[in-house]
Amino acid sequence: MAENVTTRSRSKLFTVSGIVILIIGIVLYFMKDPMGLRRIYDLPNFLIIIGLCSILSGFMSKGKPDDVLELSGKAFGEFLTNNAILLAMLVLVIVICILQPRFMQIRVALDILTQSSTKLIMALGICFALLIAGTDLSAGRMVGLAAVVSASMMQTATYANRFFPDLPQVSVWIPIVAAIIACMIFGALNGFLVAKFEMHPFIATLATQVIIYGACSLYFDMPPNNSQPIGGIRPDFAQIGQMRLFSGIYQGFPGISILIPISLVICAIIWFILNKTVFGKNVYAIGGNREAAVVAGINVFRNIMFIFILASFLYGIAGVLEAARTAGATNNYGNGYETDAIAACVVGGVSMSGGIGKVGGIVMGVLIFTVIQYGLQFINVSPMWQQVIKGVIIAVAVAIDLTKYRKK
Amino acid sequence: MGEYLLEMKNITKTFPGVKALDNVQLNVRAGTVHALMGENGAGKSTLMKCLFGIYNPDGGEIYLEGKKTNIHSARQAMDNGIAMVHQELHPIRYRSVMENVYLGRFPGHMGVVDHKSMYDKTKALFDDLELDVDPLALAGEQSAAILQMMEIARAVDMKAKIIILDEPTSSLSDREVEHLFKIINRLRKQGVAFIYISHKMKEILEISDEVTIMRDGTYVGTWPVVNKETGEKLTNEFIIRQMVGREMTNQFPPRTGKPSSEVVLKVENVCSPLKKSFQNVSFELHKQEILGIGGLVGAQRTEFVEALFGLRSIASGEILLNGARYASKSPGFAKSKGLALLTEERRATGIFGILPILENTVIANQRHYAHLGVLNDRKRMADADVECKKLNVKTPSLATLIQNLSGGNQQKVLIARWLLTNSDILILDEPTRGIDVGAKYEIYNIMLEQIAQGKSIIMISSEMPELMGMSDRIMVMCEGRVTGFLNKGEYTQEKIMAFATQFAGHNTAA
Repeated sequence: MAENVTTRSRSKLFTVSGIVILIIGIVLYFMKDPMGLRRIYDLPNFLIIIGLCSILSGFMSKGKPDDVLELSGKAFGEFLTNNAILLAMLVLVIVICILQPRFMQIRVALDILTQSSTKLIMALGICFALLIAGTDLSAGRMVGLAAVVSASMMQTATYANRFFPDLPQVSVWIPIVAAIIACMIFGALNGFLVAKFEMHPFIATLATQVIIYGACSLYFDMPPNNSQPIGGIRPDFAQIGQMRLFSGIYQGFPGISILIPISLVICAIIWFILNKTVFGKNVYAIGGNREAAVVAGINVFRNIMFIFILASFLYGIAGVLEAARTAGATNNYGNGYETDAIAACVVGGVSMSGGIGKVGGIVMGVLIFTVIQYGLQFINVSPMWQQVIKGVIIAVAVAIDLTKYRKK
Repeated sequence: MGEYLLEMKNITKTFPGVKALDNVQLNVRAGTVHALMGENGAGKSTLMKCLFGIYNPDGGEIYLEGKKTNIHSARQAMDNGIAMVHQELHPIRYRSVMENVYLGRFPGHMGVVDHKSMYDKTKALFDDLELDVDPLALAGEQSAAILQMMEIARAVDMKAKIIILDEPTSSLSDREVEHLFKIINRLRKQGVAFIYISHKMKEILEISDEVTIMRDGTYVGTWPVVNKETGEKLTNEFIIRQMVGREMTNQFPPRTGKPSSEVVLKVENVCSPLKKSFQNVSFELHKQEILGIGGLVGAQRTEFVEALFGLRSIASGEILLNGARYASKSPGFAKSKGLALLTEERRATGIFGILPILENTVIANQRHYAHLGVLNDRKRMADADVECKKLNVKTPSLATLIQNLSGGNQQKVLIARWLLTNSDILILDEPTRGIDVGAKYEIYNIMLEQIAQGKSIIMISSEMPELMGMSDRIMVMCEGRVTGFLNKGEYTQEKIMAFATQFAGHNTAA
């Protein structure tokens, strides 16, 4: 039953199915109220969005060269393994929607995106270390550091328990920059240890992680704060994490959290860096074969320094956003974030042995985790079971991913 | 048992986009050395990987001693008496030689290893092969030749009936080759069959009984080296003709023009900080000259050129590049000064296996395509495309991963990489190692083209014909020292060997 399909007919397929979905969506949208189909919530809106996306991708792939795609059992099997986790997530979403139709709401989708935002920023930072076959254990503690440093300078004048009682109301930017620079100093330390002494990043970042936590705790413990959670955050700072755009453009619309556009912009920048700059290509080269990169005249020292500094810059941003979003900070902020970020990267197809990984995959990896976590909470699965499921996902996803490379 | 120990019938193997093997035959008799020849990409390695269970063929059958056998893993292959000695050996460097020999089948009881018995067995094995190596020595400290013998010893101990040797002599000195042949001859008498993959014509004619030739994934034919009826021997020309499918009159393209008198590189008394490495190296490289560096394995030639390129440190001495002092701190610096280095170990220090050909081609020249660090993709693609076409790299597209190319094509991509940097001095370390005749000729042509454009070349080569055929002048090294220069016209194999073994006695050849 091997049949060949060209990209042109595939683009047609996308366009046509997109139109069909779009029409169903529009019909349902207008039928919902008169037919009493209130239980489908925002399903029509979702269908309209999916339909539009499908039509768009149909048009996008039109201009591409006419590759011939084989349509056979084997190709189908490959499609399944290549997208296994994505498909599993789709199935899960459908099951949740049936069990709990309230899941089909724009509000839920926005919540998921908001929760993914800081995780995505973390994952994009850590992917650089993974791409050079390393890792970064200090990421989570850097988030804590950035959160504490920025929050400590951003308290309202009237708050009783101020970190710096005599600090004037400084511009919002000063603490943000200070927090990010603090992270970048430790990022530089990571880079220096790895690049100069060829220390394994696991060890180097483990050392830095411990140092950062200690330093952050010392700062946090300074009188008069004495390890009290930092509160009384100035509203203009909190806005950076809590602002909602377009809220109330129609009745019941919760607004888009500002975290979503922030993470999207960062995502685009990182994509550009990895795919369009000399530095990005060097990262892949160093991860692919470090010795060959040296011979090709790549300055490995400088590139590795830059990798860790760039990563810490992103962790710093994530930390500031966390402090702003929660309007507070303690030295335990960010604890364990690095493992979540690594898991998301790995599920998104980033290879731990270096050189392989794409931004698109990382976005998928992050979304998969949030969707599953949010969805399981939605149908009241116990948090303990959620942990078990999360672990299983990591193992299964990576196992499937590896079989791709072990073709005989 | 039939006539053949091993019969491979109609083996077919397809990779995405490439038919690597198309109905290939291979019939090997017991107690013979069967040479398997063909250009790079002809499918020799793929066929061997099918036999050794690394690949599963899509079609065809394998018969061992007349019995149909399915081999799905290296383990099964070994259980069936097939052993393979790979071209590039990867011993467990920090374990002893004997542990490497008995890896995966340590002698002992209930999981407790019997070290005494392992030592004795290894010692006996080595004595039998006239190998003077301490079984307790670390594997990482052994030369390539000894590691190879170690692998053969392992195969012998496993009672292998068929031993596959993939380019066994590519990093061996002549004396080591001699020793290897002695071992092969002894085992052959005991009934062991060898499948011998090599590009070295002289060796093939010397050691093998039969030759099977492949071309572009297809079977060309099998011939006895000495025809029993007529007593006629196969000739170089015949084999090359079968391999390339065309007449190949000259092994080397004609050299027109002469080096100019202008000195581009002057090296004076350059010493390594390591006593055992290169010492007091002095020479001059002229513009448009090909300076060949000859010597045996261990002559520190590679170490010297790596130091020149900034990969190793130099303790003393002076280097003048175009009259100006030159001291390379890093390859990046050397590159900026117009030097290029094609390294000997293609896989370890050359290619980025998991990256596409495009990236592999332009990696050393990225800055040229960038404005403020942002790359111009169209320019990169265009340059890589032109260069790969010019060098005749055989590939479906630039997006193909380089690890899927044959060795010769990988080498061409690496040469393309350095040609793109437009360097004035090309240092080529064994540029045609493990490459077929056709690709070799193409690489020689590229070298001459570069010379005609005013570039200069330093070429390390362990292949005498290549060294004598391509060089304008030959510098011979022995144990880190320059032992002599030979000008074009006075080359003979004997003279080069005399210089290369000047400190004989210290020579560590096995």
